[in-house]
Amino acid sequence: MITRQRLAAGVCALLAALTAGIAFPAGAVADETDGQAAPKVELVLDVSGSMRARDIDGGTRMAAAKQAFNEVLDATPEEVQLGIRTLGANYRGNDRKEGCKDTARLYPVGPLNRTEAKTAVATLSPTGWTPIGPALLKAATDLEGGDGTRRIVLISDGEDTCQPLDPCEVAREIAAKGIGLTIDTLGLVPDAKTRDQLSCIADATGGTYTDVRHKEELSDKVGELVDRAADPVVTPVAVQGAADCAKAPEVKSGLYTDREEFGQQRWYRVDVRPGQELRASVSVADDRAVNPDYGVLLRAVTLHGREIVRGEAAGTGRTDVISTGLRYPKADSDDDDAPAETVCLQLTNSYSAAAGVKTTPGLPLELTVDVVDGPSKAHDVAAFGLGRGWWLLGLLVVIGFLAGLVWGWLSRWRVAIWRTN
Amino acid sequence: MRCTRVLSAALLAVGLAAGTAAADSSPTPSPSGSGDAPTRAGTSFRTATEIEQGQRATASGSTGDYLYWSFPADAGERPTVKATVKLSDQHTAQTWQLDVYDGLRRRQSCQYGAQTRTAAAGTASVELACVLRTVRAWSEPWADDPLPGTYYVRLTAVGLQASDLGQPVNAEVRADSKHIGGPAAVDGSLAQPLVPGVAVKSAREDGDAADGSKKHAVLSSIEPDGGWSSHWWSDRWVWSGVGAVLAALAGIGGYTLTRGAGRPSRVPPGA
Repeated sequence: MITRQRLAAGVCALLAALTAGIAFPAGAVADETDGQAAPKVELVLDVSGSMRARDIDGGTRMAAAKQAFNEVLDATPEEVQLGIRTLGANYRGNDRKEGCKDTARLYPVGPLNRTEAKTAVATLSPTGWTPIGPALLKAATDLEGGDGTRRIVLISDGEDTCQPLDPCEVAREIAAKGIGLTIDTLGLVPDAKTRDQLSCIADATGGTYTDVRHKEELSDKVGELVDRAADPVVTPVAVQGAADCAKAPEVKSGLYTDREEFGQQRWYRVDVRPGQELRASVSVADDRAVNPDYGVLLRAVTLHGREIVRGEAAGTGRTDVISTGLRYPKADSDDDDAPAETVCLQLTNSYSAAAGVKTTPGLPLELTVDVVDGPSKAHDVAAFGLGRGWWLLGLLVVIGFLAGLVWGWLSRWRVAIWRTN
Repeated sequence: MRCTRVLSAALLAVGLAAGTAAADSSPTPSPSGSGDAPTRAGTSFRTATEIEQGQRATASGSTGDYLYWSFPADAGERPTVKATVKLSDQHTAQTWQLDVYDGLRRRQSCQYGAQTRTAAAGTASVELACVLRTVRAWSEPWADDPLPGTYYVRLTAVGLQASDLGQPVNAEVRADSKHIGGPAAVDGSLAQPLVPGVAVKSAREDGDAADGSKKHAVLSSIEPDGGWSSHWWSDRWVWSGVGAVLAALAGIGGYTLTRGAGRPSRVPPGA
């Protein structure tokens, strides 16, 4: 009876242990909404003469755009500050110079008054040129200030008519200046050239390009992009890596952004105390046309130049980023006052571009650094050195049996000796 | 009598072990209510949409977009990511690819599965899959073994004609995992799962306890159902324990064999 009770108690304890193992208390997940700067979005609409074409579900492109704007204005989340800018809305003449200056702020970026914004949109009628580059520059100025995410949604039906200012270059410059500014582009029934240009603008800033041929596609997509702006996102901190470790900036746990030219090295320093683990990951984006084979290398190096650990990646084909990461757990020290070790992070990329592709500004890179408590070291391959499997059971049974036999014989032999004496 | 009791206890223990082993090899049950599955995908590591395992996430995008999701995977799991892309009506041949990255943004290899597939012109959809290696609780820093933490999924067209850019596509992604359990239970563990921004997050949580409830955006707020495992339990405990019991029983058996049945015949009665 006692055996049974003990057995029951044992099973209970085992079950309790199991449950504790499975239902380890979950840490509270913070709801990440408050404490964020207001996200800003500017819709940039092409109001050039070609918007008169009647090829979207039987209506004009302009009508489709107006309807989409009305729907989007109704559905814009409260926290988003929305503005509208037009290009080619006012100048009717043939003077290219004048036409290329024609971009106007239709509704300023700020808290949204839906009625006012809608009235402003209703007044638009297709008119002039397509100065995409200047409009993007102005839009970037409109979005200045604040720490929130910034997004430009460009809706156009034709390519830029104001060369030599390449809107793609403009987009890259804007992205290099402002942090977290994305340009998404939508092409209304675009031809091949327009598509190339708009997708180039999107690629230069990490945005998306969408081809629009139907009314509902347009309102769905613009609505989605505006909603996306409202999603809370961590804003990276700008940092400028140095050419060697001695001059490198010190970084702590966080998210950083920098620029790195083709073939350039970037160095950063991180302090790691004994018993801590450094985790660093990096991604380098290609915001321009690059050759289809590329790579990235991140090395953790001591101050004396010895490599501790490296992360490397290589790829081929169309891509947005190439990324890698590394972990460096620094061994614990018995001395409580042991100084922190300065670890140098060296970053290089092996992107290459055809001749004629601009090399400045550099490629955008993102660096994530986490310094956390170190891992508990493994002393064995298996968890706690425990065994598993039928071979183990067999071995234990055989050895147990042999031990029993030997013990039995030994005690018989001892009894026999005792009897004889 | 006593012996039978002990024996039955041992049999029970063996049964328990077998039961655990059987349970371990079955795939994780799919959650019943995935009504609020995400309908949008992120466009970068930073904006990746967080999904749970077993959730069917959908997204509409354009050909040429880079679609990102992230999901949590814990030690002892072997995740499988499956994606279906519904292509637009008219298109030329396109090559689609599914890449999985770990919390350090290191690309993780697929053991099996069609990670890259070319859809011939006009095909309605393309299906991709990637079976990762088993996630381990610990690995040496020089290895790129999968560790518990965030996993990023990137779905994109890697080979594309310019004329296909921007066409509407619909993508569907689902991450499941097979529980490997004991065979993959390794020693050692990470202090924190490989979740990007975890140092910033925990520092803030410490600070927020003092200065009220201000909330911030984090790189990844991902956590599996029921939290990260504490890494100490595995069915290796059962196997080792049962082994010990069986060894003891075998020892008793061996001992009784040498004693023969009952009292030795040579011992005079009343000794």
